[in-house]
Amino acid sequence: MTKSELIAKLAERYPQLVAKDAELAVKTMLDAMARSLAQGQRIEIRGFGSFDLNYRPPRVGRNPKSGTKVSVPEKFVPHFKAGKELRERVDSEA
Amino acid sequence: MQYEASTLTLTKADLADMLFDKVGLNKREAKDMVEAFFDEIRSALAEGDTVKLSGFGNFQLRDKPQRPGRNPKTGEEIPISARRVVTFHASQKLKGMVEVHYAKLQQRYSNQ
Repeated sequence: MTKSELIAKLAERYPQLVAKDAELAVKTMLDAMARSLAQGQRIEIRGFGSFDLNYRPPRVGRNPKSGTKVSVPEKFVPHFKAGKELRERVDSEA
Repeated sequence: MQYEASTLTLTKADLADMLFDKVGLNKREAKDMVEAFFDEIRSALAEGDTVKLSGFGNFQLRDKPQRPGRNPKTGEEIPISARRVVTFHASQKLKGMVEVHYAKLQQRYSNQ
């Protein structure tokens, strides 16, 4: 499922809304979630899961092409942990 | 309007407030829309479908085989059953946003 398919499904679910509202709603939510994470604010959606930032310490990596050493600075990367309901539904219908 | 989060955690209630402010849905519609948004993603994943949200990230499914495990309390060996799990891969854009913000913070520290 892509973003546009998700928008189409939501527009179908809410025939009283204009299709553009579903699109704006999805974009608003994804934008808010991305900005929260970028600012170090975690996201917790009951029944779905949580998004956090995980710390990656600095390390010495290698350029895979030339083999030369490069220092990779410390950073934070987004991490998702599925909530109970999502975990159970995905597994039971497998 | 710049939305100011009131807490350290973004929740469904915060998202509903933004839909009220920015999209002009009424409170009821906003709350329902947030629920429906996560419900559609959850249903697609439950049906075995990958979810790709460009600019944000992809939710993928992985089938994991059974593996040996241990009860950490008793040390007893118990197999961890085969299962399907959800993994999230942040988009380059989201990863970039996180790194840029962190770099700015570091710069602020070093300037003090």
